[in-house]
Amino acid sequence: MIRFEDVSVTYDGALEPTVRGIDFEVPEGELVLLVGPSGVGKSTVLGAVSGLVPHFTGGTLRGRVTVAGRDTRTHKPRELADVVGTVGQDPLSHFVTDTVEDELAYGMESLGLAPDVMRRRVEETLDLLGLTSLRDRPIATLSGGQQQRVAIGSVLTPHPKVLVLDEPTSALDPAAAEEVLAVLQRLVHDLGTTVLMAEHRLERVIQYADQLVLLPTPGAAPVLGTPAEVMAVSPVYPPVVALGRLANWTPLPLTVRDARRRAKDLRQQLEERQGNAPKGRGELRDQPHRTRSRKQPAHPELLGANHPAQTNALSVTRAHIHALRHITLTVTPGETIALMGRNGAGKSTLLNTLVGLVRPTSGSVHVGGAVPHKTAPKDLVRRAGLVPQEPRDLLYADTVRAECTAADQDAGAPPGTCRALLSELLPGPGIADDIHPRDLSEGQRLTLALAVVLTANPPLLLLDEPTRGLDYAAKARLVTILRDLAARGHAIVLATHDVELAAELAHRVVLLADGEVIADGPTSEVVVASPSFAPQVAKILAPQKWLTVAEVREALA
Amino acid sequence: MGKGSAGSAAKGRREAAAPSWLVAQFPAPLKRGVVHPGAWWVWALSLGVAATQTTNPLLLGLLIVTSAYVVAVCRSNAPWARSYGAFVKLGLAVLVIRLFFAVVLGSPIPGTHTIVTLPEVPLPDWAQGIRLGGTVTAEAVVFALYDGLKLATLLICVGAANALANPARLLKSLPGALYEMGVAVVVALTFAPNLIADAQRLRAARRLRGRPDRGIRGLMYVGLPVLEGALERSVALAAAMDARGYGRTAQVPAAVRRTTTALTLGGLLGVCAGTYGLLTAEGATYGLPVLLIGLAAALAGLWLGGRRTPRTRYRPDPWGLRAWLVTASGVAVAALLTLAASLDPVALHPGVVPLTAPTLPLWPSAAVLLGLLPAFITPKEPS
Repeated sequence: MIRFEDVSVTYDGALEPTVRGIDFEVPEGELVLLVGPSGVGKSTVLGAVSGLVPHFTGGTLRGRVTVAGRDTRTHKPRELADVVGTVGQDPLSHFVTDTVEDELAYGMESLGLAPDVMRRRVEETLDLLGLTSLRDRPIATLSGGQQQRVAIGSVLTPHPKVLVLDEPTSALDPAAAEEVLAVLQRLVHDLGTTVLMAEHRLERVIQYADQLVLLPTPGAAPVLGTPAEVMAVSPVYPPVVALGRLANWTPLPLTVRDARRRAKDLRQQLEERQGNAPKGRGELRDQPHRTRSRKQPAHPELLGANHPAQTNALSVTRAHIHALRHITLTVTPGETIALMGRNGAGKSTLLNTLVGLVRPTSGSVHVGGAVPHKTAPKDLVRRAGLVPQEPRDLLYADTVRAECTAADQDAGAPPGTCRALLSELLPGPGIADDIHPRDLSEGQRLTLALAVVLTANPPLLLLDEPTRGLDYAAKARLVTILRDLAARGHAIVLATHDVELAAELAHRVVLLADGEVIADGPTSEVVVASPSFAPQVAKILAPQKWLTVAEVREALA
Repeated sequence: MGKGSAGSAAKGRREAAAPSWLVAQFPAPLKRGVVHPGAWWVWALSLGVAATQTTNPLLLGLLIVTSAYVVAVCRSNAPWARSYGAFVKLGLAVLVIRLFFAVVLGSPIPGTHTIVTLPEVPLPDWAQGIRLGGTVTAEAVVFALYDGLKLATLLICVGAANALANPARLLKSLPGALYEMGVAVVVALTFAPNLIADAQRLRAARRLRGRPDRGIRGLMYVGLPVLEGALERSVALAAAMDARGYGRTAQVPAAVRRTTTALTLGGLLGVCAGTYGLLTAEGATYGLPVLLIGLAAALAGLWLGGRRTPRTRYRPDPWGLRAWLVTASGVAVAALLTLAASLDPVALHPGVVPLTAPTLPLWPSAAVLLGLLPAFITPKEPS
């Protein structure tokens, strides 16, 4: 259905081709997953299918790409619109109209389908994607998962043979991601649609793939094969595969179910070891959270000023919506808290309240003893630092050097502080001084924003959805950095959908739903109990409470 | 599903009313498009035209109340429906500014009833004819009030059209050849709110860097990143639209293409020549026919040009009986008030010098009330 013949793409101004020697075929009706670290050209390969590369992006494409027999060299994207449906990373930048029903019809209108055909297909698609109750809603009012479903629906109505998706679940909470993946599964199985998809969060998607195309390094030729084969050699792999590699299972398990069947011996082994050294695991996990109850002073109000953050019956109401209700939370130094919950559960609002971007409607907030929204920004950055969901919002200058100089001035830190932090956070070749922040990779940009925020050395560090768009290597680096910061006494609060990240990092998990805290406790207790927030390792090794592969590895060592 | 059943009841009535070819061509809409947006614009602009025919504050007030009642009954909960309030405020602002100028800068209306005498600022010779301060007469104030009220009514009527008809849906009704221009306008309309949201977000982010997040300086620093972000979003949208088939063209025979060009260009030239002829004294004889021929040629060109785009429309708003009635009620108000203005100018333009109390002319008032018709024949648009 999609055929790449020795394709290489060189963008204008680049010395080296971005991708090279791409040569594979996607048969009809298969779901093929494109995997690889950041920056290997996954989006370029996806763009070549819809013809956006090179017709829209510029650059030179050598070789030949054919989709359903049409050569993208002679067909512009608009002439491929009836066979290829493309959904990019950000569904919001995909929408042309303002209501769900019009959006579903837009593509068909462009193709000139007859009105009765359009009407029928819109109704079918509304049913297929479960959007019937949302048909008249303005798109701006939908949740992330709903928007992603509308985006997929809007390219489905012209009945394309091929669906191309770039990171369809990375911005979604676990439940919404499953909703979207169920739809894709149904399209492939029932309607015979061919799907080519790139996704960083392999733990969510790998079990649905028929084939994997791995781009191991930039410019390297792709590796093709069944998921189990490719995962054996891939530099990026989900926790279930990591556990399989650790236990030397062949073929590698791809689903929690596969792994559980094989894990009988491993569970027994772990139980024995744990039996020998009953405290083994407790020692492995870092100490601070254990001390949560111990550190809790007998008279909290006396020591309240010392807490990096404290909220008491905090409520926020915006436009008649209760964004937060009666949140009482204390953050102690050296503690890492993961805030989890659905899109729109109030995680970002809580973080924004802690840095004074949102005023509490009732209740109180204290950050390092100060009331955030009444504190001058200059003083507040020394008490709490927030890395927003889009780290770019924090960066204004046009070079990394200028950004660091500005950060030193803003924080009143000695010149060179920010740059030194950046080199420390990102050892190795690091980031060149005169590069534009926009040209950095997602991981590098996040690190720069983190360095900027840390320049003021705030005891409380807040991160909003830090792993969006990060590959496993960048995520591992972030985990190391944050662990190190926590060990130095920074309190860290991160809002995240990434259950694996929470399992790696957090001492304590706070679950939010509809602006209320519905669970608050040690990570192992809260996430293991929840079906959607449990990490893969916990599901595989249940009822034992293991959270990450690293824990298991150390226990077995 | 309550909406659905209400809608299907309405559907039955509308189907009976619509011309048979329309019913055959398009499956009847179930819930949306209660009245064609074009009908609402005609209705509202007709009320506006009626407002220009009179300065009687009672009639103008009646017009405002009529539009307000219809808006309150017929508007949906959609974001654009809230624009009526903004237009009312704008109208009040215009009224206040008009009064302010009349009081401070004086007015050419001769008057005898002095309300107050403001200290007059002596102005140099070159500013002759301009007066600052001085006597304020009741006649001048009343004249300004009538005049301002007329303008405010006009604005409020435009506001009613905005609140009742989705501007984007109105653009959808454009002929095929102008469709791409219409989309550009719609995209531009969504661009501005996005830009404001971005600026607010980035200004808030300045706080995270320890910089003041208020004041003009805060806004200036985020200017470049905001434009950068907006540009990137536009490029992403353009890519998405391209991949979804925007701008696909159908193969059209060369002869048709040339005819289209000739008709459009010739038509536009004809319109120019005709207009020129109408405006000059010696061209009065050929002006009108040339204008009409030019207009017809341009429209034909537009229609032919539409064949180049293979687009179809999804559930277009039908122009049904309700749309006709809404249009008719508006046009009737405008026509009757124009008639009244020529038959009974005194009642529609109450005297200012000497001051007389305005009276409510009976049959023009009844005519204005015809504008209430839409409130009784259209069900509330579901949002």
